[in-house]
Amino acid sequence: MSETLAVGAPEAPPQPPKRSPRAVTRLRLARLRDLALIPPIIALLIYGYTLKPDIFLTKSYLVDTVLKYQTELALLVLAEALVLIVGKFDLSLESIVGIAPAVAVFLVVGQTTALGAPWPTWTVLPVTLLFGALIGVFNGLLVVRFKLSAFIVTLAMLIALRGLQLAIVGGATISNLANRVPTIDNLGSLRILTVPLSIWIVVVAFAVGVVVLGYTRFGRSLYAVGGNADAARAAGIRVERVVWTAFIVAGALAALAGLMLSARLGSVAANQGNGMIFTVFAAAVIGGISLDGGKGSLVGALCGVVLLGLIQNVLTLAQVKPDQIQAVNGLVILVALVLARLTSGKAQD
Amino acid sequence: MAEDGSTPLVEAVGIAKRFGPTVALADGNLTVLPGETHALVGRNGAGKSTLVGVLTGLLRADAGEVRFGGRPAPPLGDRVAWRRHVACVYQKPSVVGDLSVAENLFLDRQPRGRWGLLSPPRLRRAATELLDSWSVPVDPDVPAKELTVEQRQLVEIAGALSHGARFVILDEPTAQLEARAIARLFDRLADLKKQGVTFLFISHHLPEIYQICQRVTVFRDARHIVTAPVAEMDHARLVEAMIGEARGLVQVGHDRPSVPPDTAPVLTLEAVGVPAVAEPVDLTVRRGEIVGVAGSVASGKRELAEAVVGLRPRTGRILVGGRPVRAASVPAALRGGIGYLPADRNSDGFVPGLSVAENATMTVADRLGPFGVVLPGRRDARGRRAIADLDVHTAGPRQPVGELSGGNAQKVVMARALARDPQVLVLVQPTVGVDVRSKESLLGVVDEETRRGRGALLVSDEIDDLRVCDRVLVMVAGRIVAEHTRGWDEAVLVAEIEGIGEKDV
Repeated sequence: MSETLAVGAPEAPPQPPKRSPRAVTRLRLARLRDLALIPPIIALLIYGYTLKPDIFLTKSYLVDTVLKYQTELALLVLAEALVLIVGKFDLSLESIVGIAPAVAVFLVVGQTTALGAPWPTWTVLPVTLLFGALIGVFNGLLVVRFKLSAFIVTLAMLIALRGLQLAIVGGATISNLANRVPTIDNLGSLRILTVPLSIWIVVVAFAVGVVVLGYTRFGRSLYAVGGNADAARAAGIRVERVVWTAFIVAGALAALAGLMLSARLGSVAANQGNGMIFTVFAAAVIGGISLDGGKGSLVGALCGVVLLGLIQNVLTLAQVKPDQIQAVNGLVILVALVLARLTSGKAQD
Repeated sequence: MAEDGSTPLVEAVGIAKRFGPTVALADGNLTVLPGETHALVGRNGAGKSTLVGVLTGLLRADAGEVRFGGRPAPPLGDRVAWRRHVACVYQKPSVVGDLSVAENLFLDRQPRGRWGLLSPPRLRRAATELLDSWSVPVDPDVPAKELTVEQRQLVEIAGALSHGARFVILDEPTAQLEARAIARLFDRLADLKKQGVTFLFISHHLPEIYQICQRVTVFRDARHIVTAPVAEMDHARLVEAMIGEARGLVQVGHDRPSVPPDTAPVLTLEAVGVPAVAEPVDLTVRRGEIVGVAGSVASGKRELAEAVVGLRPRTGRILVGGRPVRAASVPAALRGGIGYLPADRNSDGFVPGLSVAENATMTVADRLGPFGVVLPGRRDARGRRAIADLDVHTAGPRQPVGELSGGNAQKVVMARALARDPQVLVLVQPTVGVDVRSKESLLGVVDEETRRGRGALLVSDEIDDLRVCDRVLVMVAGRIVAEHTRGWDEAVLVAEIEGIGEKDV
């Protein structure tokens, strides 16, 4: 044995490793994350103003040209945010946008006697919401009870509903609705304090959403389930019920978005809602909602919607050609994702 | 042993490493001689993992030097060179579960056949040869996820050796193994040692060190404390080096008042069985009593606890304070007066992204405001109370639990279990993976809470946990085989837990 006993002087007790209070500053940063999109939104407003100084920053332009066209998207993002926060996916929301109002309107004005049609015109709103919620029930059944992948279940549902809508609408468009259905007329043209009803609906929906997500058991359990379902279960949260409820509420919200879209256009097109889900996901992720669940806020999501809406408008104002606008839009979304990633400082999941 | 003039196989001198403000390693020294099995011991946070990270080239040291065979270690980027010198088998599997053993062994260096394409027959042959040459009895075609822990470790060791390394770090290899598997592993290690392999053996089980190691190095508080032949370090000296002063690791509950046998039961299990796991069990926890359930991983003790709290279907009847509790419903169990601390805080203990307050109040969300509303003020107030009561080291009630250390996160989970003011606590491995101080304070909480009239069912195989208990039941293969009152003998208990002493279990 050579020099093996080597005692490191243990007289002075070494300092135990200490943790810093830097977590405190991180807390403030987490709040800031919600507002991370405000600077780019302001930048876009300024840029838009330089393009069209005479009209851009007027109330009528911002409300009637920018925001009004984002109302359906905003509701859809709200719906998707609920499902994403609970840790699931719902791709079928964009087909609910089409099918729910299509079914409701068809039962009122369609050339059919099925199910005792024509139904009275007041049924349009409840039937739309109920149909959307039913899709949510079915999605929830497959995802929660049969434990299928939410991604693939709702993808299949998307395709199936899209087909069903084609069958109902018959490839054509049910048009001239405003004159035939008062609900749709109101939804499309009623103004409160000069602001369109659809914008009020979005404001109220998000306000309710913020309160529910932040300050109710149900809302907090969405985060708990999305963040760690097993821990939530061990804490007595009824995980299945929470997930299922999220799907149902999301379905109903998507249906309402669909009816608002129909009201704005005065018609139900065969492809209504087609392709919206991509923008929905882009807005949600840009707004800081994690695809892994358990993270994100509605304020952020709403900022994401406004940002995308502004981008689209500014692109039009900048006279990007219509046949190029989609490509540019996609690129801008990528840039927005990168920026959101950089400003949040954390990996996007 | 070390002949005069032989250069150390591995040498680390004055290694220092900080993570932000935390000093993970202040003065890390280690000398491993060729052919020895060297033990590295120390409490959680002593700097062992950091030293391993530096020794394997995965962490860049702030100061100090690593030498292999007297020559400086290769640059950090050169993984191939590092792998020729050193390999580490971690507690967590580092194999790709869905790939076969053969593919795992030759990941990214698969033998090629004609036209440069991979050749499955050659791969299988090479893997078989490799496994045979180190006598690892594993079928190379089996998917890695189907291996037992023991087999997986051997495969990883063989893989490491095939890279040319003759120095293997074993990070707590016995933590998840049963007694017989440990014995087999030690036999294999002895064989490999004869073939010239050097080991650095990290373990919390000190007896194992005397069994297979020649020298031991102790770290404490991020520093090297002592290196000595195990023969010169008896148990007391070793523990003293680890904890700094000679005393028992945990001294909680030695002065507990005894619970009179006629005290009212607070938790009663009547023929409670878990299908396919545990046979019907009768068990009573009296008011103010801590009842321990000891057993190995496969004993079914954890499953029994999960059945009691409603996470698993069960048979039989459970009464809390004389009132029956509905089976297979966690909310019913919580409402019935059971508080639950799950076995693995990371998998089902806390939600890492949510705050301390939110995690601590998850079980009482219905009491934080009217009509399902959660008032943040009330939540944070309860969170602050939990932080104070349980001495959680945190920046505040709003800090995400994911940022806390293991011991503090566990205190938050304990707060969650206590939040509903339960009549009985069901705790599974409450001190696993936490440092000694947190261990004392967690067990102190259990001690204190039960003195106030709660009962506790403490399911664990850690001797320190079981010492707090007023009674300890031993579970083997789904059956309760023994019961001890305070003052049991550690050797007897361990033998019973491991199923030794029973005939052919």
